[in-house]
Amino acid sequence: MAGGAASGGSSQSDTYAGARVWLLLPAWATLLILVVAPVGIMLVYSFLTKEFRGGVIWEFSWEAYDQFFFNRGLFGDEPPRIEWTYILIFWRSIWQAGVATLLSLAIGFPTACFIATRAPRQRPIWVFLVTIPYWVNLLIRTVSMKFLLRDNGPLNEALLGIGVISEPLHIVNTNLAVQLGLFYSYLPFMVLPIYAAVERYNFSLSEAAADLYAPRWTVLRRILLPAVKPGIVAGCILVFVPSLGSFLAPDLLGGARNFMIGSLIEEQFKGNAGNWPFGAAASMILLTLVLIILLFSARQQGRQEAR
Amino acid sequence: MAAKYDLRVFPGFRAVTLFCLAILYAPLVIVTIYSFNASPSITNWDGVSLRWYVDVFTGPDSEKFKYAARNSFIIAIIAATVATCIATLAATAILRGGRFRLRTVSFGLVSLPLMVPEIVTAVATLIFFNAIGFDRGLLTILLAHIAFCIPFAYLPISARMQGIEATYEQAAMDLYATRTLAFRRVLLPLMTPGIVSGFLLAFIVSLDDFIITNFVKGAGVETLPTAIFGAVKQGIKPNIMAISTMLLGISVVMVTLSWLVSRRDATK
Repeated sequence: MAGGAASGGSSQSDTYAGARVWLLLPAWATLLILVVAPVGIMLVYSFLTKEFRGGVIWEFSWEAYDQFFFNRGLFGDEPPRIEWTYILIFWRSIWQAGVATLLSLAIGFPTACFIATRAPRQRPIWVFLVTIPYWVNLLIRTVSMKFLLRDNGPLNEALLGIGVISEPLHIVNTNLAVQLGLFYSYLPFMVLPIYAAVERYNFSLSEAAADLYAPRWTVLRRILLPAVKPGIVAGCILVFVPSLGSFLAPDLLGGARNFMIGSLIEEQFKGNAGNWPFGAAASMILLTLVLIILLFSARQQGRQEAR
Repeated sequence: MAAKYDLRVFPGFRAVTLFCLAILYAPLVIVTIYSFNASPSITNWDGVSLRWYVDVFTGPDSEKFKYAARNSFIIAIIAATVATCIATLAATAILRGGRFRLRTVSFGLVSLPLMVPEIVTAVATLIFFNAIGFDRGLLTILLAHIAFCIPFAYLPISARMQGIEATYEQAAMDLYATRTLAFRRVLLPLMTPGIVSGFLLAFIVSLDDFIITNFVKGAGVETLPTAIFGAVKQGIKPNIMAISTMLLGISVVMVTLSWLVSRRDATK
Protein backbone atom coordinates (compact mmCIF):
# COMPACT_ATOMS: atom_id res chain seq x y z
CA MET A 1 0.00 0.00 0.00
CA ALA A 2 2.62 2.47 1.10
CA GLY A 3 5.43 1.43 -1.23
CA GLY A 4 7.08 3.36 -3.96
CA ALA A 5 5.92 6.90 -4.12
CA ALA A 6 7.77 8.19 -1.09
CA SER A 7 11.05 6.59 -2.04
CA GLY A 8 11.22 8.58 -5.26
CA GLY A 9 13.32 7.88 -8.33
CA SER A 10 14.99 9.45 -11.31
CA SER A 11 11.83 11.33 -12.17
CA GLN A 12 12.12 13.31 -8.95
CA SER A 13 12.82 16.99 -9.39
CA ASP A 14 12.33 20.30 -7.64
CA THR A 15 10.58 22.04 -10.53
CA TYR A 16 7.59 22.90 -8.36
CA ALA A 17 9.41 23.32 -5.05
CA GLY A 18 8.29 26.95 -4.82
CA ALA A 19 4.63 26.10 -5.19
CA ARG A 20 4.53 22.99 -3.04
CA VAL A 21 2.77 24.65 -0.12
CA TRP A 22 -0.13 25.58 -2.37
CA LEU A 23 -0.10 22.23 -4.14
CA LEU A 24 -0.26 20.33 -0.89
CA LEU A 25 -2.71 22.63 0.85
CA PRO A 26 -5.93 21.07 -0.52
CA ALA A 27 -4.82 17.53 0.36
CA TRP A 28 -3.63 18.51 3.82
CA ALA A 29 -6.76 20.55 4.53
CA THR A 30 -9.15 17.82 3.33
CA LEU A 31 -7.44 14.98 5.13
CA LEU A 32 -6.71 16.86 8.34
CA ILE A 33 -10.28 18.11 8.59
CA LEU A 34 -12.05 14.96 7.39
CA VAL A 35 -9.84 12.14 8.70
CA VAL A 36 -7.34 13.25 11.34
CA ALA A 37 -9.59 15.67 13.24
CA PRO A 38 -12.52 13.21 13.28
CA VAL A 39 -10.30 10.50 14.77
CA GLY A 40 -9.21 13.01 17.43
CA ILE A 41 -12.80 13.92 18.21
CA MET A 42 -13.68 10.22 18.32
CA LEU A 43 -11.00 9.78 20.97
CA VAL A 44 -12.58 12.62 22.97
CA TYR A 45 -16.06 11.12 22.56
CA SER A 46 -14.86 7.79 23.91
CA PHE A 47 -14.25 9.58 27.22
CA LEU A 48 -17.66 11.24 27.42
CA THR A 49 -20.91 10.19 29.05
CA LYS A 50 -23.55 8.53 26.92
CA GLU A 51 -26.85 10.15 26.05
CA PHE A 52 -29.54 7.49 25.95
CA ARG A 53 -31.05 8.43 22.61
CA GLY A 54 -27.67 8.43 20.85
CA GLY A 55 -25.05 11.14 21.08
CA VAL A 56 -23.14 12.25 24.16
CA ILE A 57 -23.24 14.43 27.24
CA TRP A 58 -20.14 16.58 27.59
CA GLU A 59 -18.96 15.16 30.86
CA PHE A 60 -15.71 13.24 31.31
CA SER A 61 -16.11 9.53 32.02
CA TRP A 62 -14.12 6.28 31.88
CA GLU A 63 -17.43 4.47 31.57
CA ALA A 64 -16.98 3.28 27.95
CA TYR A 65 -13.59 1.63 28.51
CA ASP A 66 -14.69 0.37 31.89
CA GLN A 67 -17.72 -1.29 30.33
CA PHE A 68 -15.51 -2.83 27.66
CA PHE A 69 -13.06 -4.48 30.04
CA PHE A 70 -14.87 -4.87 33.38
CA ASN A 71 -18.13 -6.20 34.70
CA ARG A 72 -19.29 -4.53 37.89
CA GLY A 73 -22.59 -6.32 38.18
CA LEU A 74 -26.04 -5.10 37.32
CA PHE A 75 -25.95 -2.09 39.63
CA GLY A 76 -22.27 -1.31 39.26
CA ASP A 77 -21.49 -1.81 42.95
CA GLU A 78 -19.86 -5.23 42.85
CA PRO A 79 -16.08 -5.60 42.70
CA PRO A 80 -14.96 -5.47 39.07
CA ARG A 81 -14.50 -8.74 37.27
CA ILE A 82 -13.08 -9.00 33.78
CA GLU A 83 -15.87 -8.67 31.23
CA TRP A 84 -15.27 -11.30 28.58
CA THR A 85 -18.12 -10.50 26.16
CA TYR A 86 -16.34 -7.79 24.18
CA ILE A 87 -12.88 -9.28 24.49
CA LEU A 88 -14.34 -12.47 23.03
CA ILE A 89 -15.88 -10.53 20.15
CA PHE A 90 -12.45 -9.05 19.44
CA TRP A 91 -10.84 -12.44 19.79
CA ARG A 92 -13.39 -13.97 17.41
CA SER A 93 -12.71 -11.21 14.90
CA ILE A 94 -8.97 -11.85 15.12
CA TRP A 95 -9.55 -15.57 14.68
CA GLN A 96 -11.93 -15.14 11.69
CA ALA A 97 -9.59 -12.66 10.03
CA GLY A 98 -6.66 -15.00 10.72
CA VAL A 99 -8.35 -18.00 9.11
CA ALA A 100 -9.37 -15.87 6.13
CA THR A 101 -5.74 -14.69 5.81
CA LEU A 102 -4.40 -18.25 5.86
CA LEU A 103 -6.95 -19.36 3.26
CA SER A 104 -5.98 -16.41 1.05
CA LEU A 105 -2.31 -17.26 1.48
CA ALA A 106 -2.88 -20.90 0.55
CA ILE A 107 -4.62 -19.90 -2.69
CA GLY A 108 -2.89 -16.57 -3.31
CA PHE A 109 0.74 -17.66 -3.06
CA PRO A 110 0.63 -20.31 -5.81
CA THR A 111 -1.45 -17.95 -7.95
CA ALA A 112 1.07 -15.13 -7.52
CA CYS A 113 3.99 -17.46 -8.34
CA PHE A 114 2.20 -18.76 -11.39
CA ILE A 115 1.45 -15.27 -12.70
CA ALA A 116 4.97 -14.00 -12.00
CA THR A 117 6.47 -16.83 -14.03
CA ARG A 118 4.38 -16.17 -17.16
CA ALA A 119 5.88 -14.40 -20.17
CA PRO A 120 6.27 -10.68 -19.35
CA ARG A 121 3.63 -9.65 -21.86
CA GLN A 122 1.02 -12.00 -20.37
CA ARG A 123 1.49 -10.96 -16.75
CA PRO A 124 -0.54 -7.73 -16.79
CA ILE A 125 -3.51 -9.62 -18.20
CA TRP A 126 -3.42 -12.19 -15.40
CA VAL A 127 -2.99 -9.47 -12.79
CA PHE A 128 -5.90 -7.59 -14.30
CA LEU A 129 -8.08 -10.71 -14.13
CA VAL A 130 -7.29 -11.07 -10.44
CA THR A 131 -8.02 -7.41 -9.67
CA ILE A 132 -11.36 -6.99 -11.48
CA PRO A 133 -13.44 -8.64 -8.74
CA TYR A 134 -11.93 -6.32 -6.13
CA TRP A 135 -13.45 -3.33 -7.89
CA VAL A 136 -16.91 -4.84 -7.91
CA ASN A 137 -19.05 -3.52 -5.08
CA LEU A 138 -18.19 -5.36 -1.86
CA LEU A 139 -21.85 -5.48 -0.90
CA ILE A 140 -22.77 -7.13 -4.20
CA ARG A 141 -19.93 -9.61 -3.88
CA THR A 142 -20.99 -10.53 -0.36
CA VAL A 143 -24.62 -10.91 -1.42
CA SER A 144 -23.49 -13.06 -4.36
CA MET A 145 -21.48 -15.23 -1.99
CA LYS A 146 -24.54 -15.66 0.21
CA PHE A 147 -26.64 -16.54 -2.82
CA LEU A 148 -24.06 -19.12 -3.88
CA LEU A 149 -23.68 -20.73 -0.45
CA ARG A 150 -27.37 -20.86 0.55
CA ASP A 151 -28.79 -24.19 1.68
CA ASN A 152 -30.65 -24.56 -1.61
CA GLY A 153 -28.24 -22.43 -3.58
CA PRO A 154 -26.25 -23.30 -6.69
CA LEU A 155 -23.27 -24.73 -4.77
CA ASN A 156 -25.37 -27.20 -2.84
CA GLU A 157 -27.40 -28.10 -5.90
CA ALA A 158 -24.26 -28.75 -7.89
CA LEU A 159 -22.74 -30.90 -5.13
CA LEU A 160 -26.01 -32.80 -4.68
CA GLY A 161 -26.28 -33.18 -8.44
CA ILE A 162 -22.91 -34.87 -8.81
CA GLY A 163 -23.54 -36.92 -5.70
CA VAL A 164 -20.66 -35.69 -3.51
CA ILE A 165 -23.10 -35.02 -0.68
CA SER A 166 -26.56 -36.38 0.06
CA GLU A 167 -27.72 -33.55 2.35
CA PRO A 168 -27.29 -29.85 1.58
CA LEU A 169 -24.39 -28.29 3.49
CA HIS A 170 -25.40 -25.60 5.98
CA ILE A 171 -22.78 -22.95 5.39
CA VAL A 172 -24.64 -19.65 5.74
CA ASN A 173 -24.78 -18.39 9.35
CA THR A 174 -21.69 -20.32 10.39
CA ASN A 175 -18.14 -19.22 11.11
CA LEU A 176 -17.08 -20.90 7.90
CA ALA A 177 -19.37 -18.66 5.85
CA VAL A 178 -17.80 -15.56 7.39
CA GLN A 179 -14.30 -16.90 6.79
CA LEU A 180 -15.14 -17.71 3.17
CA GLY A 181 -16.72 -14.29 2.75
CA LEU A 182 -13.68 -12.48 4.11
CA PHE A 183 -11.35 -14.69 2.09
CA TYR A 184 -13.34 -13.92 -1.02
CA SER A 185 -13.48 -10.17 -0.28
CA TYR A 186 -9.75 -9.64 0.09
CA LEU A 187 -8.09 -12.45 -1.90
CA PRO A 188 -6.78 -10.05 -4.61
CA PHE A 189 -4.89 -8.14 -1.88
CA MET A 190 -2.91 -11.28 -1.12
CA VAL A 191 -2.00 -12.01 -4.72
CA LEU A 192 -0.74 -8.56 -5.74
CA PRO A 193 2.11 -7.91 -3.26
CA ILE A 194 3.34 -11.52 -3.48
CA TYR A 195 3.25 -11.26 -7.26
CA ALA A 196 5.32 -8.07 -7.11
CA ALA A 197 7.90 -9.77 -4.89
CA VAL A 198 8.15 -12.97 -6.97
CA GLU A 199 8.44 -10.93 -10.15
CA ARG A 200 11.53 -9.17 -8.76
CA TYR A 201 13.00 -12.47 -7.55
CA ASN A 202 16.04 -13.64 -9.48
CA PHE A 203 15.44 -17.24 -10.50
CA SER A 204 19.14 -17.89 -10.99
CA LEU A 205 19.22 -18.21 -7.19
CA SER A 206 16.87 -21.17 -7.54
CA GLU A 207 19.10 -22.60 -10.25
CA ALA A 208 22.15 -22.24 -8.04
CA ALA A 209 20.36 -24.18 -5.30
CA ALA A 210 19.21 -26.85 -7.74
CA ASP A 211 22.76 -27.22 -9.07
CA LEU A 212 23.73 -28.02 -5.51
CA TYR A 213 21.19 -30.85 -5.62
CA ALA A 214 18.38 -29.16 -3.69
CA PRO A 215 15.06 -30.79 -4.63
CA ARG A 216 12.41 -28.57 -6.16
CA TRP A 217 10.30 -28.10 -3.03
CA THR A 218 13.39 -27.44 -0.93
CA VAL A 219 14.32 -24.67 -3.34
CA LEU A 220 10.85 -23.24 -2.90
CA ARG A 221 10.96 -23.44 0.88
CA ARG A 222 14.54 -22.42 1.56
CA ILE A 223 15.34 -20.00 -1.27
CA LEU A 224 12.21 -18.54 -2.87
CA LEU A 225 10.07 -18.23 0.27
CA PRO A 226 12.59 -16.25 2.36
CA ALA A 227 13.33 -14.00 -0.63
CA VAL A 228 9.69 -13.04 -1.15
CA LYS A 229 8.81 -12.86 2.55
CA PRO A 230 8.21 -9.07 2.52
CA GLY A 231 5.57 -9.60 -0.17
CA ILE A 232 3.94 -12.35 1.86
CA VAL A 233 3.88 -10.19 4.99
CA ALA A 234 2.40 -7.28 3.03
CA GLY A 235 -0.26 -9.55 1.53
CA CYS A 236 -1.19 -10.98 4.94
CA ILE A 237 -1.58 -7.48 6.39
CA LEU A 238 -3.66 -6.29 3.45
CA VAL A 239 -6.05 -9.19 4.00
CA PHE A 240 -5.97 -9.30 7.80
CA VAL A 241 -6.49 -5.60 8.56
CA PRO A 242 -9.64 -5.00 6.50
CA SER A 243 -11.02 -8.40 7.55
CA LEU A 244 -10.65 -7.45 11.20
CA GLY A 245 -12.96 -4.46 10.95
CA SER A 246 -15.25 -5.76 8.25
CA PHE A 247 -18.96 -5.38 8.68
CA LEU A 248 -20.67 -6.80 5.61
CA ALA A 249 -19.36 -10.37 5.64
CA PRO A 250 -20.20 -11.10 9.29
CA ASP A 251 -23.48 -9.22 9.04
CA LEU A 252 -24.80 -10.88 5.88
CA LEU A 253 -23.12 -14.30 6.05
CA GLY A 254 -22.61 -14.83 9.76
CA GLY A 255 -25.98 -14.22 11.34
CA ALA A 256 -26.47 -13.18 14.94
CA ARG A 257 -24.19 -15.74 16.59
CA ASN A 258 -21.07 -14.78 14.66
CA PHE A 259 -20.78 -11.21 15.81
CA MET A 260 -17.57 -9.39 14.95
CA ILE A 261 -16.05 -6.01 15.88
CA GLY A 262 -17.64 -4.26 12.91
CA SER A 263 -21.16 -5.28 13.92
CA LEU A 264 -20.48 -4.39 17.56
CA ILE A 265 -19.43 -0.89 16.55
CA GLU A 266 -22.24 -0.44 14.05
CA GLU A 267 -24.83 -1.42 16.63
CA GLN A 268 -23.76 1.44 18.92
CA PHE A 269 -24.68 4.04 16.32
CA LYS A 270 -27.94 2.59 15.03
CA GLY A 271 -31.33 2.62 16.59
CA ASN A 272 -32.14 3.15 20.24
CA ALA A 273 -29.65 0.78 21.84
CA GLY A 274 -26.93 3.17 20.78
CA ASN A 275 -24.06 4.00 23.08
CA TRP A 276 -21.83 6.46 21.25
CA PRO A 277 -18.96 6.64 23.76
CA PHE A 278 -18.81 2.85 23.86
CA GLY A 279 -18.80 2.67 20.04
CA ALA A 280 -16.06 5.29 19.95
CA ALA A 281 -14.04 3.37 22.54
CA ALA A 282 -14.41 0.09 20.60
CA SER A 283 -13.30 1.93 17.42
CA MET A 284 -10.28 3.35 19.25
CA ILE A 285 -9.32 -0.11 20.47
CA LEU A 286 -9.66 -1.50 16.95
CA LEU A 287 -7.62 1.38 15.52
CA THR A 288 -4.90 0.87 18.13
CA LEU A 289 -4.75 -2.83 17.28
CA VAL A 290 -4.39 -2.03 13.57
CA LEU A 291 -1.73 0.62 14.17
CA ILE A 292 0.28 -1.82 16.29
CA ILE A 293 0.14 -4.37 13.45
CA LEU A 294 1.16 -1.75 10.87
CA LEU A 295 4.02 -0.37 12.99
CA PHE A 296 5.27 -3.85 13.74
CA SER A 297 5.26 -4.81 10.06
CA ALA A 298 6.87 -1.52 9.04
CA ARG A 299 9.70 -2.24 11.48
CA GLN A 300 10.08 -5.76 10.16
CA GLN A 301 10.07 -4.49 6.61
CA GLY A 302 12.65 -1.84 7.51
CA ARG A 303 14.90 -4.44 9.08
CA GLN A 304 14.58 -6.60 5.97
CA GLU A 305 15.69 -3.69 3.77
CA ALA A 306 18.58 -2.80 6.05
CA ARG A 307 19.97 -6.28 5.63
CA MET B 1 24.76 -26.10 -16.88
CA ALA B 2 21.08 -26.34 -17.59
CA ALA B 3 18.83 -27.22 -14.70
CA LYS B 4 17.33 -30.70 -14.68
CA TYR B 5 13.92 -29.15 -14.78
CA ASP B 6 12.46 -25.68 -15.13
CA LEU B 7 12.55 -24.10 -11.67
CA ARG B 8 9.99 -21.54 -12.66
CA VAL B 9 7.37 -24.23 -12.97
CA PHE B 10 5.76 -25.63 -9.84
CA PRO B 11 3.45 -28.54 -10.44
CA GLY B 12 -0.10 -27.76 -9.39
CA PHE B 13 0.29 -23.98 -9.31
CA ARG B 14 -1.54 -23.59 -12.60
CA ALA B 15 -4.45 -25.57 -11.22
CA VAL B 16 -4.53 -23.41 -8.07
CA THR B 17 -4.49 -20.26 -10.19
CA LEU B 18 -7.42 -21.45 -12.26
CA PHE B 19 -9.21 -22.45 -9.05
CA CYS B 20 -8.48 -18.99 -7.63
CA LEU B 21 -9.98 -17.27 -10.67
CA ALA B 22 -12.95 -19.63 -10.53
CA ILE B 23 -13.60 -18.67 -6.91
CA LEU B 24 -13.25 -14.99 -7.70
CA TYR B 25 -15.66 -15.07 -10.60
CA ALA B 26 -18.14 -17.83 -9.71
CA PRO B 27 -20.42 -15.78 -7.44
CA LEU B 28 -20.48 -12.87 -9.88
CA VAL B 29 -21.21 -15.06 -12.87
CA ILE B 30 -23.95 -16.92 -11.01
CA VAL B 31 -25.70 -13.74 -9.89
CA THR B 32 -25.51 -12.42 -13.44
CA ILE B 33 -27.07 -15.60 -14.79
CA TYR B 34 -29.83 -15.64 -12.19
CA SER B 35 -30.67 -12.00 -12.83
CA PHE B 36 -32.05 -13.18 -16.17
CA ASN B 37 -34.23 -15.78 -14.50
CA ALA B 38 -37.92 -15.49 -15.39
CA SER B 39 -39.09 -17.02 -12.11
CA PRO B 40 -40.06 -14.83 -9.14
CA SER B 41 -38.35 -17.36 -6.88
CA ILE B 42 -34.58 -17.17 -6.70
CA THR B 43 -34.25 -20.94 -6.42
CA ASN B 44 -36.04 -22.23 -9.50
CA TRP B 45 -34.87 -21.63 -13.01
CA ASP B 46 -37.73 -20.70 -15.32
CA GLY B 47 -36.08 -19.66 -18.54
CA VAL B 48 -34.36 -16.50 -19.71
CA SER B 49 -36.15 -13.19 -19.36
CA LEU B 50 -35.45 -9.50 -18.91
CA ARG B 51 -38.40 -9.25 -16.58
CA TRP B 52 -36.43 -8.17 -13.51
CA TYR B 53 -34.54 -5.52 -15.42
CA VAL B 54 -37.86 -4.07 -16.49
CA ASP B 55 -39.01 -4.35 -12.89
CA VAL B 56 -36.04 -2.29 -11.69
CA PHE B 57 -37.05 0.60 -13.95
CA THR B 58 -40.84 0.37 -13.79
CA GLY B 59 -41.70 -1.89 -10.84
CA PRO B 60 -43.01 -0.84 -7.40
CA ASP B 61 -39.49 -0.13 -6.10
CA SER B 62 -38.34 1.76 -9.17
CA GLU B 63 -38.80 5.24 -7.69
CA LYS B 64 -36.67 4.32 -4.69
CA PHE B 65 -33.94 2.87 -6.87
CA LYS B 66 -33.96 5.80 -9.29
CA TYR B 67 -33.64 8.24 -6.42
CA ALA B 68 -30.80 6.21 -4.89
CA ALA B 69 -29.06 5.85 -8.25
CA ARG B 70 -29.25 9.59 -8.91
CA ASN B 71 -27.71 10.34 -5.51
CA SER B 72 -25.01 7.74 -6.05
CA PHE B 73 -23.97 9.08 -9.44
CA ILE B 74 -24.03 12.75 -8.44
CA ILE B 75 -21.89 12.03 -5.38
CA ALA B 76 -19.52 9.76 -7.29
CA ILE B 77 -18.94 12.29 -10.09
CA ILE B 78 -18.30 15.23 -7.76
CA ALA B 79 -16.27 13.25 -5.22
CA ALA B 80 -14.09 11.65 -7.90
CA THR B 81 -13.50 14.99 -9.65
CA VAL B 82 -12.52 16.82 -6.48
CA ALA B 83 -10.41 13.92 -5.18
CA THR B 84 -8.60 13.66 -8.52
CA CYS B 85 -7.75 17.39 -8.53
CA ILE B 86 -6.49 17.23 -4.96
CA ALA B 87 -4.49 14.09 -5.69
CA THR B 88 -2.92 15.55 -8.85
CA LEU B 89 -1.73 18.66 -7.01
CA ALA B 90 -0.45 16.58 -4.09
CA ALA B 91 1.41 14.22 -6.42
CA THR B 92 3.05 17.19 -8.16
CA ALA B 93 4.27 18.53 -4.82
CA ILE B 94 5.41 15.16 -3.51
CA LEU B 95 7.17 14.01 -6.70
CA ARG B 96 8.20 17.34 -8.25
CA GLY B 97 8.67 19.54 -5.19
CA GLY B 98 12.23 18.53 -4.34
CA ARG B 99 13.16 17.19 -0.93
CA PHE B 100 11.32 18.68 2.00
CA ARG B 101 10.74 17.73 5.56
CA LEU B 102 7.05 16.99 5.35
CA ARG B 103 7.34 14.90 2.19
CA THR B 104 7.02 11.49 3.85
CA VAL B 105 4.37 12.85 6.21
CA SER B 106 2.41 14.18 3.23
CA PHE B 107 2.54 10.80 1.54
CA GLY B 108 1.48 9.11 4.76
CA LEU B 109 -1.41 11.54 5.14
CA VAL B 110 -2.59 10.93 1.57
CA SER B 111 -2.61 7.17 2.09
CA LEU B 112 -4.10 7.40 5.59
CA PRO B 113 -7.67 6.51 4.51
CA LEU B 114 -6.31 3.18 3.24
CA MET B 115 -4.74 2.28 6.57
CA VAL B 116 -7.51 3.24 8.97
CA PRO B 117 -10.18 0.51 8.95
CA GLU B 118 -13.19 1.74 7.04
CA ILE B 119 -15.57 1.30 9.95
CA VAL B 120 -13.33 3.48 12.12
CA THR B 121 -13.31 6.22 9.46
CA ALA B 122 -17.09 5.90 9.30
CA VAL B 123 -17.55 6.26 13.08
CA ALA B 124 -15.06 9.12 13.27
CA THR B 125 -16.74 11.01 10.44
CA LEU B 126 -20.20 10.55 11.94
CA ILE B 127 -19.00 11.79 15.33
CA PHE B 128 -17.19 14.71 13.70
CA PHE B 129 -20.29 15.93 11.86
CA ASN B 130 -22.30 15.47 15.04
CA ALA B 131 -19.78 17.42 17.13
CA ILE B 132 -19.72 20.42 14.80
CA GLY B 133 -23.50 20.31 14.46
CA PHE B 134 -23.53 19.56 10.75
CA ASP B 135 -26.84 18.03 9.63
CA ARG B 136 -26.42 14.65 7.99
CA GLY B 137 -27.47 14.38 4.37
CA LEU B 138 -26.05 14.25 0.86
CA LEU B 139 -23.39 16.84 1.63
CA THR B 140 -21.92 14.83 4.51
CA ILE B 141 -21.75 11.75 2.27
CA LEU B 142 -20.01 13.81 -0.41
CA LEU B 143 -17.40 15.25 1.98
CA ALA B 144 -16.64 11.84 3.46
CA HIS B 145 -16.29 10.34 -0.02
CA ILE B 146 -13.90 13.05 -1.20
CA ALA B 147 -11.50 12.28 1.65
CA PHE B 148 -11.82 8.54 1.22
CA CYS B 149 -11.27 8.66 -2.57
CA ILE B 150 -8.02 10.67 -2.46
CA PRO B 151 -5.63 7.71 -2.07
CA PHE B 152 -7.38 5.74 -4.81
CA ALA B 153 -6.92 8.66 -7.21
CA TYR B 154 -3.41 9.37 -5.95
CA LEU B 155 -1.86 5.94 -6.55
CA PRO B 156 -2.29 5.70 -10.36
CA ILE B 157 -1.48 9.41 -10.75
CA SER B 158 1.77 9.18 -8.81
CA ALA B 159 2.68 5.92 -10.58
CA ARG B 160 2.29 7.72 -13.89
CA MET B 161 4.20 10.81 -12.74
CA GLN B 162 7.10 8.67 -11.58
CA GLY B 163 7.39 7.41 -15.15
CA ILE B 164 7.70 10.91 -16.65
CA GLU B 165 11.18 12.32 -16.57
CA ALA B 166 11.58 15.85 -15.30
CA THR B 167 13.59 16.79 -18.38
CA TYR B 168 10.39 17.51 -20.33
CA GLU B 169 9.33 20.32 -18.04
CA GLN B 170 12.90 21.54 -17.71
CA ALA B 171 13.15 21.76 -21.51
CA ALA B 172 9.92 23.76 -21.60
CA MET B 173 11.21 26.11 -18.95
CA ASP B 174 14.56 26.52 -20.74
CA LEU B 175 12.46 27.79 -23.61
CA TYR B 176 11.01 30.44 -21.28
CA ALA B 177 7.77 28.70 -20.37
CA THR B 178 6.62 29.75 -16.93
CA ARG B 179 6.18 27.08 -14.29
CA THR B 180 2.43 27.25 -14.70
CA LEU B 181 2.69 26.94 -18.46
CA ALA B 182 5.08 23.99 -18.19
CA PHE B 183 2.64 22.33 -15.85
CA ARG B 184 -0.38 22.95 -18.04
CA ARG B 185 1.13 22.30 -21.45
CA VAL B 186 3.75 19.65 -20.72
CA LEU B 187 3.24 17.79 -17.47
CA LEU B 188 -0.56 17.67 -17.49
CA PRO B 189 -0.94 16.21 -21.02
CA LEU B 190 1.68 13.58 -20.22
CA MET B 191 -0.18 12.84 -16.99
CA THR B 192 -3.57 12.38 -18.65
CA PRO B 193 -3.61 8.56 -18.62
CA GLY B 194 -2.78 8.48 -14.91
CA ILE B 195 -5.36 11.15 -14.13
CA VAL B 196 -8.11 9.40 -16.09
CA SER B 197 -7.25 6.11 -14.46
CA GLY B 198 -7.24 7.72 -11.00
CA PHE B 199 -10.58 9.41 -11.66
CA LEU B 200 -12.21 6.15 -12.74
CA LEU B 201 -10.97 4.27 -9.70
CA ALA B 202 -12.10 7.05 -7.36
CA PHE B 203 -15.47 7.03 -9.12
CA ILE B 204 -15.99 3.30 -8.54
CA VAL B 205 -14.83 3.53 -4.94
CA SER B 206 -17.37 6.27 -4.27
CA LEU B 207 -20.14 4.54 -6.19
CA ASP B 208 -19.55 1.29 -4.30
CA ASP B 209 -19.01 2.57 -0.81
CA PHE B 210 -21.43 1.21 1.73
CA ILE B 211 -19.98 1.43 5.23
CA ILE B 212 -19.07 5.12 5.39
CA THR B 213 -22.21 6.13 3.52
CA ASN B 214 -24.36 4.07 5.86
CA PHE B 215 -22.97 5.98 8.86
CA VAL B 216 -22.98 9.55 7.57
CA LYS B 217 -26.16 9.53 5.50
CA GLY B 218 -29.11 11.30 7.06
CA ALA B 219 -32.41 9.61 7.70
CA GLY B 220 -34.23 8.91 4.45
CA VAL B 221 -31.20 9.63 2.25
CA GLU B 222 -30.17 6.60 0.23
CA THR B 223 -27.47 5.70 -2.26
CA LEU B 224 -27.57 2.54 -4.36
CA PRO B 225 -25.50 0.40 -1.95
CA THR B 226 -27.54 1.44 1.10
CA ALA B 227 -30.79 0.85 -0.82
CA ILE B 228 -29.56 -2.58 -1.90
CA PHE B 229 -28.46 -3.40 1.64
CA GLY B 230 -31.86 -2.40 2.99
CA ALA B 231 -33.57 -4.61 0.43
CA VAL B 232 -31.24 -7.56 0.98
CA LYS B 233 -32.04 -7.49 4.70
CA GLN B 234 -35.53 -8.59 3.69
CA GLY B 235 -34.15 -11.41 1.56
CA ILE B 236 -32.45 -11.61 -1.82
CA LYS B 237 -35.05 -10.83 -4.48
CA PRO B 238 -34.61 -11.19 -8.25
CA ASN B 239 -34.78 -7.43 -8.89
CA ILE B 240 -31.85 -6.97 -6.49
CA MET B 241 -29.89 -9.37 -8.65
CA ALA B 242 -30.74 -7.34 -11.74
CA ILE B 243 -29.57 -4.11 -10.07
CA SER B 244 -26.46 -5.83 -8.78
CA THR B 245 -25.65 -7.10 -12.25
CA MET B 246 -25.96 -3.59 -13.69
CA LEU B 247 -23.70 -2.11 -11.00
CA LEU B 248 -21.29 -4.98 -11.49
CA GLY B 249 -21.25 -4.24 -15.21
CA ILE B 250 -20.50 -0.56 -14.60
CA SER B 251 -17.60 -1.44 -12.29
CA VAL B 252 -16.12 -3.92 -14.74
CA VAL B 253 -16.39 -1.49 -17.66
CA MET B 254 -14.80 1.33 -15.65
CA VAL B 255 -11.92 -0.78 -14.36
CA THR B 256 -11.29 -2.11 -17.83
CA LEU B 257 -11.24 1.45 -19.21
CA SER B 258 -8.93 2.56 -16.43
CA TRP B 259 -6.63 -0.37 -17.15
CA LEU B 260 -6.59 0.20 -20.91
CA VAL B 261 -5.86 3.91 -20.46
CA SER B 262 -3.02 3.35 -18.02
CA ARG B 263 -1.62 0.57 -20.22
CA ARG B 264 -1.48 2.70 -23.32
CA ASP B 265 1.31 4.79 -21.84
CA ALA B 266 3.35 1.70 -20.98
CA THR B 267 3.60 0.78 -24.65
CA LYS B 268 4.22 4.30 -25.85
